[in-house]
Amino acid sequence: MSDPGNIQVQVNGKEREVQSGLSVHELVESFDLNPLLIVVELNREILSRDQFKDVQVSDGDSVELVHFVGGG
Amino acid sequence: MSEDGALTGHLRIADQEFESRLFVGTGKYPDNETMVEAIRASGTAMVTVAVRRVDLDRTQSEGILFHLDPEEFFLLPNTAGCYTAEDAIRYARLGRAAGFNEWLKLEVIGDETTLVPDTQATLEAAKTLVAEGFNVMAYTNDDLVTALRLEDVGCVAVMPLASPIGSGLGIVNPYFIREIKRRCSVPIIVDAGVGTASDACVAMEQGVDGVLTNTAIATATDPVAMAHAMRLATQSGRLAYLAGRMEAREIGIPSSPTRGMLD
Repeated sequence: MSDPGNIQVQVNGKEREVQSGLSVHELVESFDLNPLLIVVELNREILSRDQFKDVQVSDGDSVELVHFVGGG
Repeated sequence: MSEDGALTGHLRIADQEFESRLFVGTGKYPDNETMVEAIRASGTAMVTVAVRRVDLDRTQSEGILFHLDPEEFFLLPNTAGCYTAEDAIRYARLGRAAGFNEWLKLEVIGDETTLVPDTQATLEAAKTLVAEGFNVMAYTNDDLVTALRLEDVGCVAVMPLASPIGSGLGIVNPYFIREIKRRCSVPIIVDAGVGTASDACVAMEQGVDGVLTNTAIATATDPVAMAHAMRLATQSGRLAYLAGRMEAREIGIPSSPTRGMLD
């Protein structure tokens, strides 16, 4: 059974259970990522970095964490 | 790097001046150290990067910003891997949010086997992105009409392919590369298909403004040496173009005097 204090969010295409009330900033840090080096798309909307701390993830949200990789 | 520009003239795209006419990608290198060393050896002024999901399980390498200092290299995000205008626009916006400027290499693929672009979708995406303030450098076919239309919708550079991405076949249609250069006013950068230094040189000899290459450097046995070769070849081709080549004739004409021969 899932913890009642937890919510389900999809992060990079994968369902994950995270703590309710988590900010985007906290979600990013929970993956040990540097918020300055990634971009967050929440339900298809790009968040600016100064929104990370103010926006909370909600049950059923779809989050994409992207960054630059090698390419031509 | 500054001597590259002194030798062949600076390249201006939109409001930006570039010292080098060689643009390089960052994919497919054996390791990040080799990549950085090769990029430095190339003397390049602009380096392309791709936008992808972070691997949350960390089985792949970390983001490229751990290795490439945006203060040292001008980063150009691409929309590689996108097959629709809608996807390309999404990736472009993510690239802008991740990056440091409004520049974009727009790429919308139309065919999985040859990776040739979907020119209609490219035009559609270009229109939207130009309106959103992007400096769009558009990857396209060696097709004159598409190149002219990309210029019309406001792309800051048009980048016709030499041959398919990653093929290393060199310029398959030099005539149309020349014609695109003759007819467009924006800079023309030959992008994709360069296999070795001579291909970059031949591309520059057509009169284009620059060359973009990735696979030829990254998958060479010695990427750093190949990067250096590409740098010299790009300069060499540019200089040869500026010098104006002799007329080709299908007959031998002596270089030494025919008079004054001994009896």
